[in-house]
Amino acid sequence: MGAIRLEKVKKTFGTLDVIPGVDLDINDGEFVVFVGPSGCGKSTLLRLIAGLEDVTDGKILINGVDVANEAPAKRGLSMVFQSYALYPHMTVYNNIAFGLKMAGESKAVIDEKVQNAAKILNLTDYLERRPGALSGGQRQRVAIGRAIVRNPAAFLFDEPLSNLDAALRVNMRLEITGLHQELKTTMIYVTHDQVEAMTMADKIVVLQAGRVEQVGKPMDLYNNPANKFVAGFIGSPKMNFIGGDYAKKHDCHEIGIRPEHVAVSTESGDLPATVKIAEHLGAETYLHVNAGGFGPMTVRATGEVPLGEHDKIWLTPEQDRIHRFDANGIALGKL
Amino acid sequence: MENKQTPLGHIGFSIFAWIVGLLIFFPIFWMVLTSFKTELEAVSIPPSFISFDWTLENYAEVQARSDYFRFAMNSVILSVGSTLVGLLFAVPCAWAMAFNPTKRTKDALLWMLSTKMMPPVGVLVPIYLVFRDWGLLDTRFGLIMVLFLMNLPIMVWMLYTYFKEIPSDILEAARMDGATLPKEIIFVLLPMAVPGIASTMLLNIILAWNEAFWTLNLTTADAAPLTAFIASYSSPEGLFWSKLSAASTLAVAPILIIGWFSQKQLVRGLTFGAVK
Repeated sequence: MGAIRLEKVKKTFGTLDVIPGVDLDINDGEFVVFVGPSGCGKSTLLRLIAGLEDVTDGKILINGVDVANEAPAKRGLSMVFQSYALYPHMTVYNNIAFGLKMAGESKAVIDEKVQNAAKILNLTDYLERRPGALSGGQRQRVAIGRAIVRNPAAFLFDEPLSNLDAALRVNMRLEITGLHQELKTTMIYVTHDQVEAMTMADKIVVLQAGRVEQVGKPMDLYNNPANKFVAGFIGSPKMNFIGGDYAKKHDCHEIGIRPEHVAVSTESGDLPATVKIAEHLGAETYLHVNAGGFGPMTVRATGEVPLGEHDKIWLTPEQDRIHRFDANGIALGKL
Repeated sequence: MENKQTPLGHIGFSIFAWIVGLLIFFPIFWMVLTSFKTELEAVSIPPSFISFDWTLENYAEVQARSDYFRFAMNSVILSVGSTLVGLLFAVPCAWAMAFNPTKRTKDALLWMLSTKMMPPVGVLVPIYLVFRDWGLLDTRFGLIMVLFLMNLPIMVWMLYTYFKEIPSDILEAARMDGATLPKEIIFVLLPMAVPGIASTMLLNIILAWNEAFWTLNLTTADAAPLTAFIASYSSPEGLFWSKLSAASTLAVAPILIIGWFSQKQLVRGLTFGAVK
């Protein structure tokens, strides 16, 4: 069981308002991702929940009990750090067992739990090694093992994959998702990578400057971003924003259209454009174009498209995929 | 980094380094040499280098006249004792400064170190009076306290630089794992800081071993360490060079040997954090 509720959680460092006041509900068993650009306060928010930072004001309720003034260990949460933070002088076994030892568990119970965690994480052959003798992915698994054995109310992940190379990152992403399906424990995951957020989350919390910009399911954020910030942050490549007359035609200050929602043609369309750079990825092609008065845009074409620099093309945004924003960047809903 | 050196320059540097090294070592070498001479040869001019009658009689006489082992035991107790007491205070202090710094942490560190800049003689009278009134004169306990307080700033400073290099994530992980503060320090911080603690201890044992001002001023017999042992040979009877040399050789030998075997550790400790 691990339902977490934040009520007006505030954090200030000196005169700096890092978190001006956050309200959030996290249901039991949910996989929640905090995402935002660096410095948006997502890690601070996680550390507040963990108890590694003291809240300036507000309540943190875990299963209905306010733990805002409790020590980290009393909150029943486990954390996986970006740097793994393994104990370098202990074997893998002792790294995983440390929390259980601190809790005063018996040797038999510790052994059973450690062996079990090692089996889940494919670490059985490495239990006697020290962290220094492990690869990055294995270290990450040890860190996760250390979190699992304590049977926490929730797991907290602080950018756990950013130290891994790209290929390993995809693997670990799947492993963590698999782990969540198996354990069905609440997980809070912090990342700046919107791909991780989109692929792993049940619920995404988009943060900017310590404020929650939007909370929702990945596809809700993708299809109905609440504002220009969320629209630009979720989705890759980034959404194109077009102002001026084309936006006026849609009765708003600015429109947004995702690269994948623009049809490309060499014969006809709404907007004439010139290709500047074409990125051929095989399955898809990203065209960075100059769309005359609309400025630079990125469009995505499926498959191999025989286009290159200076080619003239026509772009047609899908009308029902156009997002409209007012002068403050707030979404206006579709026409 | 590009750092090209001509072979000639390399040789030049080597020669220079050897000259400096020998200059520093020469007094110790001369002292050891003199300890094997007779009193007459010790003061002869020109001094004889190797071609003299080697004798051990100085050592025999020094041992006969004063009990070397009692002084040496006091030196061991004072240096090791003050270092251990120092660790008890320096570790939590350095922990607080390294992992929970405030705006004033740097100032506090600098202030602590600045106490080392004051000449000890400036506080001799008050400390002497305190020792006299509390009955601490010529007691090992009293000297351990003085030596420990004297070296505490250096211990804190050294441990602080060491602890700074330890990622705080690891300590936070221990906190998440349910470790209380003492357990966090004992099971996680200290094992990771073993090299730093070892070199801190070593340096402080050496400093305390060689400390002469307080040990000479606050002891007479019971708690007198090897510094007092040496001093007793530059006495009213006049200077006996070869006996003084024999006593000095005996006094510095243990610490020299320890230093020789642990020089790698020591250099690492002193330059830690300076280069990455």
